[in-house]
Amino acid sequence: MGQTQQEGALEPLKSTLQRLGGVNLLPFAVAVIAFVLIGAPSSWVTLTVAGLAMGMMLFLMASGLSLIFGLMDVLNFGHSAFISFGAFVAASVLAWLGGWLGADSLVLNALAVFCAFAAAILFGLAGGWFFEVVIIKPVYRDHLRQILITMGALIVAEQMILALWGGSPMTVPRPAFLTGSILLGDVAIEVYRIFAFLLGLAVYLALYWLLNRSRLGLLIRAGVEDREMVEALGFRIDRLFVGVFMLGSALAALGGAMWAGYETLITPALGGQMMIVVFIVVIIGGLGSVEGTLLGAIMVGLVANYVGFLAPKLALASNMLLMMAILMWRPNGLRPAVT
Amino acid sequence: MSLLSLNAIETAIGQYAVLHQVSLEVCEGGVFVLLGRNGAGKTTTLRSIMGLWRPSAGSVVFQGQDMRGLHTAEIARLGIAYVPESMGIFGGLTVEENLILATRNGRFDQERLKRIWQLFPALERFWSKQAWSLSGGQKQMLSVARAIIEPRKLILVDEPTKGLAPAIVDAMMEAFRDISQTTTILLVEQNFEFAKSLGRDMAVIEDGRVVHTGSMADFARDTALQNRLLSLSAS
Amino acid sequence: MTHAPSLASPKQTWGALTVKLLVLLVAALLLFAPFLFQDTRSIEVAARICVFIVLVASYDVLIGYTGIVSFAHTMFFGFGAYGAAIALRTMGPGWDAIALGASVGCVISIVVAAAIGLLSLRVKAIFFAMITLAAASVVMVLASQLSQITGGEDGITYKTPAVFKTAYKLLVDDHGKVVRWFGVKINGKLAAYYFVYASCFALFLVMLRLVGSPIGTVLKAIRENEARAEAIGYRVVAYRTFVFCFSAVVASLAGTIYAIWLKYTGPKTALSFTIMIDILLMVVIGGMGTMWGAVIGAVLLVLAQYYLRDLMGSAAEALVNVPLAPQVLAPDRWLFWLGIIFILLVYNFPKGIAGTLADKGASR
Repeated sequence: MGQTQQEGALEPLKSTLQRLGGVNLLPFAVAVIAFVLIGAPSSWVTLTVAGLAMGMMLFLMASGLSLIFGLMDVLNFGHSAFISFGAFVAASVLAWLGGWLGADSLVLNALAVFCAFAAAILFGLAGGWFFEVVIIKPVYRDHLRQILITMGALIVAEQMILALWGGSPMTVPRPAFLTGSILLGDVAIEVYRIFAFLLGLAVYLALYWLLNRSRLGLLIRAGVEDREMVEALGFRIDRLFVGVFMLGSALAALGGAMWAGYETLITPALGGQMMIVVFIVVIIGGLGSVEGTLLGAIMVGLVANYVGFLAPKLALASNMLLMMAILMWRPNGLRPAVT
Repeated sequence: MSLLSLNAIETAIGQYAVLHQVSLEVCEGGVFVLLGRNGAGKTTTLRSIMGLWRPSAGSVVFQGQDMRGLHTAEIARLGIAYVPESMGIFGGLTVEENLILATRNGRFDQERLKRIWQLFPALERFWSKQAWSLSGGQKQMLSVARAIIEPRKLILVDEPTKGLAPAIVDAMMEAFRDISQTTTILLVEQNFEFAKSLGRDMAVIEDGRVVHTGSMADFARDTALQNRLLSLSAS
Repeated sequence: MTHAPSLASPKQTWGALTVKLLVLLVAALLLFAPFLFQDTRSIEVAARICVFIVLVASYDVLIGYTGIVSFAHTMFFGFGAYGAAIALRTMGPGWDAIALGASVGCVISIVVAAAIGLLSLRVKAIFFAMITLAAASVVMVLASQLSQITGGEDGITYKTPAVFKTAYKLLVDDHGKVVRWFGVKINGKLAAYYFVYASCFALFLVMLRLVGSPIGTVLKAIRENEARAEAIGYRVVAYRTFVFCFSAVVASLAGTIYAIWLKYTGPKTALSFTIMIDILLMVVIGGMGTMWGAVIGAVLLVLAQYYLRDLMGSAAEALVNVPLAPQVLAPDRWLFWLGIIFILLVYNFPKGIAGTLADKGASR
């Protein structure tokens, strides 16, 4: 009897939480808990900004993977190759445009950064097209061979990076306008983090518009649920697949480029390291949904930064523990695409 | 004149041959009913027409055009709509989005929309609700509405009355009667009463073979034949 | 007599017979390896082949027989290797240390495998692959972080029982010198090799027994059609978890054997993702779903690892003036070529060498 009473008391709380956004509140809850544990507001703000920036970059890298899986039921283990290639292509372009980057002109600086990102995106588009048409298409609907083939492609891609850029770390030049920090009271915030956050947000909004407000997005969302029916309504979903694959790969390359600028020192192992985190993000968020991926990415970004500050020893396992906890609570992730 | 003809098609799912030499002639106008027990191959026949499963032999000819090798999307664009047994509703999309997806250019023909709202008033009421929240009958209405939001030449419907309340079955019957004035319907149905009152021509499939074909009126009179061919579904 | 088996099982083709003969040949060559190829490098290669045959076969029980894709197989290999290494270092070189290390490795493997299995074997296959990958990477990071226990990136060196020392004289002649048979010293190194050979042989037989047993048939049924197997009444999750634990234990024991042979355990030899990739390549090249394939794949790839690189090195030197050729032919780039071969194999010969060969001569 006590139990039913308790449940009765919890019900309004539950519905209030649901109205306020349900699982979307998790990052806020994490932030509040961290605030209490950390104590010092200035450190908390710095960590939160770092977490959000990292989350947004992870979102860029992970959204494509999630989208491709949701629509095509293809899990591309080679996705991280696009992250690595994006990072190295952008770094090379930045190094090549060193003159513009060093010039005392904001326009030239910004142009160099723009070119670097554009090169990464173009590479992602072209590589994504090649990957979809040559590597993935023959193994649709065959998960075992898909995993093997994309894993093989990842090996080849990583070796190509080693052959092209060598095994030693590469420094990534950063333009003046993206270096340094701004002071808010006694809190210093790195400019690049704000930049990363804003760019990630812009991409999210663009993706949101594409998926929820455009006819193309309607097709994609429908295709995620039931591709056969979309075909039976008269749409060539295979052509849509190629487009989504190219888009997803380009986003990964952009994420890699952003990450390169953030880390300023990159190695060919970057893709492999990020891949694990990206997997954790999409598993937490729920495969196939862009909102879920954003939520997962922000959670991972925040938790990694808070734990790194509070208990550095636990930092590396924190992602894994977060994933385990969330999977036990919700086996399909926080916001899976199909309800 | 023959709108659709299946000429000795053979379809296998994996290594199991499901259809053996299935031949059908569907004439223009009215409702053609495909009867048969569970697992006889009715759904496979519809899916083979739609190109969702590829026949390994034989041909499907629509308006004189051999559809072999055509992609499902191309088959759909020839004017064939498909209402699968699972209804194929996109649950995450609203009723409106489900319907607008089925239009060719993303705009509604207001006349047709009005007619659909007349046939299925529930759809207007739940216009901007997500489709997963609809009841089974409403989902079925949406699925049928999707098939007629654009002018089509042929609609393939797979067991539209399965699991529906009697009142909704009546509404569905009205709707199909109305639709069949302008569009040919190929209907797979287990509910014989429903099939009998709608059908003009019919065929019975058993174990992947066409075992009887003729007019519904003749078949409805011949109870012995019904008992022999449909002993399960007649009960 | 020779006709009897082929009459009894019509599936027996000359291709399948060739595969079995090849495997017998490999077993024989490995058995006499120390006498046939008398240099230290060859015996290293032979021991590595033995261990990898077991490792790959245990992975094949997962991927080939049950259709589970795991990327955590090296993790279990590492548990066994590190278990033995840590026990040997702290307790000194003795059989008790080996027994303890091996059992601890097995227990940890079972616990971790059961945890992962129960948590995620009920979800999609693809989730499982991702989760095992994440788990393996966390263990890899932990091993390099907990350097007091694991020796970090440097790993651990230790002594093994005296009977395995190169200087140990197994057989002495009247003058107290070590006996030579066919020019081979009957010393501890030889004892160590035959320890590796015998234990790997035993483990391989255990696996053969498992896949040939009724359980093996159930596993295949699950791989072919999970829903149907469930409907017939097999508890799919229980079977899968069992197989996952079983292959984890075998991998762990293989790790222990390799740790004893090498007298060194570190991330590169026992945990790195490169080993996982090697296993994948071996299982696919050899042929998934047949134990014989594991043997063929392991032999080919280990030989390639040791000898193909030299070949590529000389090719790169010869083509030094051709643009880009030296870079892609550099010995370090051999994975590039293996990756391409791997992809082509998965496309064109998904059954691998053993499977493709076994189909040869089929009456159909």
